[in-house]
Amino acid sequence: MSAPLLSVSDLHVSFATEEGTVKAVDGVSFELDAGEILAIVGESGSGKSVTALTLMGLSRGPNAAIEGAVRLGDKDLVTASDDEMRRIRGERIAMVFQDPMTAMNPVYKVGDQIVEEIRAHEDTSKEDARRRAVEALRSVGIPNPERRYDNYPHEFSGGMRQRAMIALALALEPDVLIADEPTTALDVTIQAQILRLLEQLNQERGLAVILITHDLGVVAEVSDRSLVMYAGRVVEEGTLDDIFYDPQHPYTWGLLGSLTRLDRPRPRHLPSIPGAPPSLIAPPEGCHFRPRCPHEFAKCVKVPPLESRLAEHPDHCDRCWLEPEVKRERRVVEGRIGLVAGAE
Amino acid sequence: MARFAVRRIANMIFVLFAISVLTFLIFYKIPGGDPVLRISGRTAEPAVREQVREDFGFNDPVYVQYARMMQKTLNGSLESYSNRVNVREELIRGIPATASLVIGAAIIWLFFGILFGVLSAVYAGRFPDRVITIVALIGISLPIFWVGALLLYYLTYKVSLFPAGGYVPLTEDPASWLSHLILPWFCLSILFIGFYSRLLRSNMLDVMNEDYVRTARAKGLSERRVLLGHVMRNALIPIVTLFGLDFGAAIGGGAILTESVFGLQGVGQYVAESIGSLDLPPILGTTLYAAFLIVLLSAIVDIVYARLDPRVRLTA
Repeated sequence: MSAPLLSVSDLHVSFATEEGTVKAVDGVSFELDAGEILAIVGESGSGKSVTALTLMGLSRGPNAAIEGAVRLGDKDLVTASDDEMRRIRGERIAMVFQDPMTAMNPVYKVGDQIVEEIRAHEDTSKEDARRRAVEALRSVGIPNPERRYDNYPHEFSGGMRQRAMIALALALEPDVLIADEPTTALDVTIQAQILRLLEQLNQERGLAVILITHDLGVVAEVSDRSLVMYAGRVVEEGTLDDIFYDPQHPYTWGLLGSLTRLDRPRPRHLPSIPGAPPSLIAPPEGCHFRPRCPHEFAKCVKVPPLESRLAEHPDHCDRCWLEPEVKRERRVVEGRIGLVAGAE
Repeated sequence: MARFAVRRIANMIFVLFAISVLTFLIFYKIPGGDPVLRISGRTAEPAVREQVREDFGFNDPVYVQYARMMQKTLNGSLESYSNRVNVREELIRGIPATASLVIGAAIIWLFFGILFGVLSAVYAGRFPDRVITIVALIGISLPIFWVGALLLYYLTYKVSLFPAGGYVPLTEDPASWLSHLILPWFCLSILFIGFYSRLLRSNMLDVMNEDYVRTARAKGLSERRVLLGHVMRNALIPIVTLFGLDFGAAIGGGAILTESVFGLQGVGQYVAESIGSLDLPPILGTTLYAAFLIVLLSAIVDIVYARLDPRVRLTA
């Protein structure tokens, strides 16, 4: 097997705040192969965005402590100098953000913002950069790119702006694209278009994509493999089928249980996971999900390692001490996968 | 743009009209403002006063008096009640001193206001920021007349570094012009440097948290480019508005304290003297002059603003 494109090992990111040290990312490891779409799923505060920003070198700061390794090719992005990181950003690894309404500078033309990026990395003429910016806009499906080049961001619709952001991210043909909740701020039909576009770019260019989302529907649409994150840790990792049809971690059950489905009778109340995510300053000892988990038992005070507990699926890993047979029994709630029944 | 200009000019005329009516009424009604006393002198016989009252039309209805005064204002024949000096000539005489003071001070306060604001924002919470914050607050808190008096005492009386007030036209003697203006420039700028640096600091810190600044970093731009091209470019927009209005007010005679302390004989000092003697014609003349400049500059600010921020459309 060839070496993965990007490998993250035992990444820890913590921030010093006035209330104490926030352990935003607590030992995250994963690998991303060329041409793969990896989804990172989790709720707000699970550490997925901080993980992404750390890959970009954008979580650095006087109050941040970053440990572990992020290898992209032969470079370690954790120890790379600020200047090396600056060159890698945009050129080898690029990012698209959640809200396309605010992600572009309102006072510059959309095209010029792409040209600015190209010229920050390459010593090329304005004309050449402009031509390439127009090409980038065309490649993400923006009609009339020559004319749209001269528009300001507020003259674009939300979906078009997200396309332009993707064009900006891909202008230098990076190997990895991190899309942080790229569809959350968009309406549903536009969401589907943007996901199609990411999928198309992945297939046509072999672009590796890390898709960060809290929406399992988005995961089901496009991803090859998923990581489920909770309170700074990966609690489950597997293929789309693993996660949706044979979920091993109670938190994943809870996420799946709180989905509404058009092909099922509408529940009277939407099941939700009881409780709230733990404080990342003083997280619970052992399994972080323990306080909210109805299946907690004595062993849970020790941190379960992220490993495969299924002989037939060595790549399907989770962080739960329960035996797989017990899990398969307990995860069925009201005839479907869930953590708790919908409240009456 | 043409629509904007027409509406803005109509607007301007209305504002100036409203201000002229208000100013006229206030100083017409104010106790002790009787113009007859200023024209005839305090010791004049009652018969003389009556004669003056009749001759100058002070027995006419208010609106007739207002119309007469506005007519004189517009054709330039408005004269002071107390010394019969022509208001327009007096204003024009004061403009070079005021313009020298305000333009010079504006360059200084913009330069240092922006410099300190940027340093303060870049080093937010650290030593340089703390020092600048303290200095800015001191600058904002110091009264101009006190700083001015202190400077005059130590730098002209104790050590004769600078001339003790007054104004020398630039065309007459540039070196002397400069030496007469250094202290007033300093004095007038201190306050504004404090305000501008505080405002720019908070604007920049706000902008630094904007998503598009994160995007700029994600593009791999250098910190310098992020700061100048993205943070500063957006943080300076509100400063433009503030500067336009402050500059308009000061050049319209608002730098009363500085001009008076240093005896610059500019518009501001003329304003102060006119108000001190409740002399309606120069008060009205200078008020309209100042209002005109402020309205004009706010229109210019709007045009500049629309240039700086493409989301803004010019609709008056």
